[in-house]
Amino acid sequence: MKLKQLETLLGDLQQFTTPKVELEQYPTGPHIASRLLYTAENSFDDISNKVVADFGCGCGTLGAAAALLGAEQVIGIDIDPQSLEIASMNAEDLELDIDFIQCDISNLGWRDQIVDTVVMNPPFGTRKKGIDMDFLFVALKVASQAVYSLHKTSTRDYIKRTSLRDLNASSAEVLCELRFDVPQLYKFHKKKEVDIAVDLWRFVPKRSQVKDN
Amino acid sequence: MRLLTHNMLSSNIKGVTKGFPLKIEVEKVVEKQVEINHDFLRNIFPKVDWKAFSDAARTMGYVELPEQAPDPSVLESDLDFLTKFHHALLELHLEEGALVCPETGRKFPVNKGIPNMLLHEDEV
Repeated sequence: MKLKQLETLLGDLQQFTTPKVELEQYPTGPHIASRLLYTAENSFDDISNKVVADFGCGCGTLGAAAALLGAEQVIGIDIDPQSLEIASMNAEDLELDIDFIQCDISNLGWRDQIVDTVVMNPPFGTRKKGIDMDFLFVALKVASQAVYSLHKTSTRDYIKRTSLRDLNASSAEVLCELRFDVPQLYKFHKKKEVDIAVDLWRFVPKRSQVKDN
Repeated sequence: MRLLTHNMLSSNIKGVTKGFPLKIEVEKVVEKQVEINHDFLRNIFPKVDWKAFSDAARTMGYVELPEQAPDPSVLESDLDFLTKFHHALLELHLEEGALVCPETGRKFPVNKGIPNMLLHEDEV
């Protein structure tokens, strides 16, 4: 599938109808989502025939993109039931078979080794401090192959240092810098639309030691 | 929810030491056909907890899987086995029912195929 084609398909997905500010629900735009998954597949072979988990999937854009690029199993996880409902409908519209789980990522009980790749657009931690790193911590525990994630460019040094030192990453690499359009969704947004610089990261977990269940 | 997903999930309630595998209570199972991918099956086979998987399949009404994990050589030669493995792993879905913590008996409901694994405040 061509990048443009993927972006067009993702552009038709339904997004949050009433986004929840406490969960930092911002839609992952088709531009960013298609590039994230396209790079993961074509540069690193981390998607097709793999088990892919979408952490904090929201309306399921990243997971849908993974399924469109040939992931064998996609699992979308989110805390918010309304988001999961929209994500299920989106998957159905595209005739994709995606499993969804309602769960708080911080409390995810999961056997490791089965998930190959985690893709995520985590909350940036502006409302709940540290939640972006909580997501990354769990993602690096669950994934056996790679974690793709978006973080504010302003936090680049911190992310690099912390992921390598504390979060079990063996490598942490910024693949590219993207503009994340945040439309005026909430009342506290003063400007009509802002775009913030975000980094697309690829993390590789340390060779997972075989653990007991 | 596919049985592959069930094979990864465990109960993460505070104090629980062995939250895997979750028991399944079935109200409704649906089947959705997907194309078989032999390479994927060979790759995932060693990662699947066989006992949990075959028990889960039986609970879902599918009795064609051996109770003990077969020798991996069947993956090369036995098309019949691959078909059954594929079917149970990826085509059976728990649509309605519950997942039950093996230690505490706490139920996690499954509605429209989505398990609700949210914990209460006192379980975190």
